[in-house]
Amino acid sequence: MLRIFHKFPGLIAAALIIVTTLSGAALSVLPAWEVTQVPRQPEAAMNVAELAQRVVAVYPGVEQLRRSPSGRITVFYFDNGQPGSVVIDPATGAGVTAFEPSPARRWLTSLHRSLFLGDFGRWSVAAGAASLLVLSISGLMLTARRVGGWRRFFSRLRGPLAGRLHVEVARICVAGLLLSATTALFMTASTFGIIPEGATPDFPQEVSGETGANPGSMPLLRETNVNALRELTFPYPDDPTDVFTLSTNTGEGYLDQGNGTVLAWIDSGPVQRFTETIYMLHTGQGLATLGLVLGLMALGAPFMAITGVIIWAGHRRARPRIKGNVAAGQAETIVLVGSEVGSTWGFAATLHGALKLAGHKVHIGAMSQFAPARYKQAKRIILLAATHGDGAAPASAKGFLDRLEALPKAPDIPMAILGFGDRQFPDFCAYANDVARSAEQKGWSHLLPMATVDRQSPQEFARWGRDLGTALALNLELSHSPAMPRCRALTLISRRDYGAEMQAPAAILRFAVPKSGFFARLTGRGMGRFASGDLLGIVPQGSSVPRFYSLASGRRDGFVEICVKRHPGGLCSGQLLDLEPGETVQGFVRKNPDFRPASNRKPVILIGAGTGIGPLAGFARANQAGRPMHLYFGTRHPDSDLFYGEELQDWQAAGRLASVTTAFSRSGARSYVQDALRADAALIAGLIGEGAQVLVCGGREMAAAVTDAMADIMTPTGLTPALLKAKGSYVEDTY
Amino acid sequence: MKTLISALALTTALTSALSAPALARPVTLTTNLTKYGGRGAYLALYVTNAKGAYVGSVWMAGGKSKYYKHLRDWKRASGGSRSQVNGITGASVGAGRQLKITIDLADALFDAGYNLRIDAAVENFRDSPSEVVVPLTTKGAGKPVSGRRYIHDFTYDM
Repeated sequence: MLRIFHKFPGLIAAALIIVTTLSGAALSVLPAWEVTQVPRQPEAAMNVAELAQRVVAVYPGVEQLRRSPSGRITVFYFDNGQPGSVVIDPATGAGVTAFEPSPARRWLTSLHRSLFLGDFGRWSVAAGAASLLVLSISGLMLTARRVGGWRRFFSRLRGPLAGRLHVEVARICVAGLLLSATTALFMTASTFGIIPEGATPDFPQEVSGETGANPGSMPLLRETNVNALRELTFPYPDDPTDVFTLSTNTGEGYLDQGNGTVLAWIDSGPVQRFTETIYMLHTGQGLATLGLVLGLMALGAPFMAITGVIIWAGHRRARPRIKGNVAAGQAETIVLVGSEVGSTWGFAATLHGALKLAGHKVHIGAMSQFAPARYKQAKRIILLAATHGDGAAPASAKGFLDRLEALPKAPDIPMAILGFGDRQFPDFCAYANDVARSAEQKGWSHLLPMATVDRQSPQEFARWGRDLGTALALNLELSHSPAMPRCRALTLISRRDYGAEMQAPAAILRFAVPKSGFFARLTGRGMGRFASGDLLGIVPQGSSVPRFYSLASGRRDGFVEICVKRHPGGLCSGQLLDLEPGETVQGFVRKNPDFRPASNRKPVILIGAGTGIGPLAGFARANQAGRPMHLYFGTRHPDSDLFYGEELQDWQAAGRLASVTTAFSRSGARSYVQDALRADAALIAGLIGEGAQVLVCGGREMAAAVTDAMADIMTPTGLTPALLKAKGSYVEDTY
Repeated sequence: MKTLISALALTTALTSALSAPALARPVTLTTNLTKYGGRGAYLALYVTNAKGAYVGSVWMAGGKSKYYKHLRDWKRASGGSRSQVNGITGASVGAGRQLKITIDLADALFDAGYNLRIDAAVENFRDSPSEVVVPLTTKGAGKPVSGRRYIHDFTYDM
């Protein structure tokens, strides 16, 4: 819902906002510029009487004396029937430069206020300001939701580049944009008379009839400081009924031209002062520094408009078109999707395709369209429910729970629910759990228990597909390839080969980071940020399914490195190990944010076997801070597959690794990594007691054996691996 | 009360003679502005008698009443309220442009010492009250008169 308040004003008003904020930023420079152009600021104690006296001495035909908020004093006068206007030096009263309002300023102001379209233009610009206000507020709330609360508002961001930049810029600029948009709306109200104008005094009917009083001796003028002056208008020389008009920042009134008495005076009321403050806050007139700051912040808006459109386009691309969708009334299988940004629809499309292949008639719709009364032919209902943020219902599932509650009894049609979530957020699959609970309370029968898919894992989806197939007596193969990742060509720079002697060829492959321009990176075509511990997805030729390898380097290292072993009959590993330097493969990055050293100073225990040392070596290489990292590495033989053999010693000498312990299974000692762990039980238990983190990378069996060993080792501390895994300080990357 | 009297005076003066059946003629007022390099000018065209007392407004070019105070002589003479120009208001006139209006003016206004005055004002520029003051005479019709600051020439044709 909140997203709608951000998406639609943003898309509709984008162009208008870009024009208004750019012109506003240009105008924001002018008040400061004007201050620098003032010939001289008047002395602090100067009063209007002195100024008027000096001016009259130089310009006897003076008509009007005006002071602008920047301190510039302008005199309008008549000289032998010719009008003139000058900017004066208040110390002398003499003109310094001719007063010529700049046409550029007028053009910019006309564009900014009304797009050169008169009153209609003013209303349009006001609508743009209102949109900007809505965008700022909804944007603030969306950001708080995304980072998990207002307290973490300024925390580090994750995600694709366009989204990160959008929020980074927003966090800096939103305060200025809120102020400018709000003051703009007040100014529109004032212009169109919605906020009333202050009263001005009536022209005095009776005057003394004398003329020729010296303004230098008029009491009110002597009491008024020059910095409070707005305008002093002189009477016509040959009209004894005319008066002096004085306008200051406290009010306005008339002075007799014969004896200088005050004939009428009205103080400016609160509404008027409010309106003037609003004007000052918006234009920066009189607050030149604020004007400059607001102008800089305004420059963020066009940038956010553009990145906003890019983000929206990316989300739209992520939602695939579903061909052959049967109407709800005729389908025998109903699939309802609860998706926030569209990725769950992709899974629904894969499910749809597989079921269609098995001969089912399938209808796919949004969970918000849940209407069991319409599903006349349906034999089952499948719910694919994503969760977003703090466990709220995703966009396309709004109202589903209410509809379910409102049913008199549970539908006869059995259901199955699959939750999509991300374990790095709290409340994993919270919404799907809510739905399952509601269904349970209603007594809705289910085909199979609720399952979950973490971080759009195709493997977990396929596993659920097999379970669903069993329940439906079908052979269901769900091979989902997420539409999103774009492959880049990775060029091999170098390779280090191992294992030839033991008939287990392996290599450390180093690729160049593919270069891409800023705009390409912004629109999601770049490689993205990656670090050791993330996964590199390689799409081999002849297959559309990617294979994943743990990255042994990050973007900061300047290259993409993986450690690969040839599997007999393996398509991808075979192609990779046949690469010569200069050749390319297609690859992309998939984030794995849990598997990396936490950003604190606690010690880290790195446990790996075989090619699993890749990411661990990457952590060591990046450990410039020198926090204690203890590496336990098991492999077959030191001569054949001691990956990173040379570097391990160097890193230990440089302090990047506190200790390196190796275990060789095919050499004399015949030990595995879990044996090495047990040998160091006391040290490890001590580190765990200090709050150390454990990162394990390798095969599944090795990880299981390590878990057993660690359970034994940790008994004196009273902790267990399961406890640490739940806390997130024991993380495995297994294959 | 004052407003009602002014409105009546306006109607009486402009559309009917003082003591004869209504005799009015259409008069075209053409105002050409100079290229003064600023925003649209607000113009108030109004009639005063020989002593300077206000008779009525003819036209107000400019719609936002909060700027009317810059038309100082018009404000002073008429009281400056919006009701003075109800129904005879138009858009402000841009620099270098022309304002041409045709209205019915009573014959009694001509050759009787009445003056047509124009006040002008431009945002961020000087106020120019009584920019143009022309006596309303049959002989003066068609003769352009130049203004002090913003008006290049003003002509009334009968």
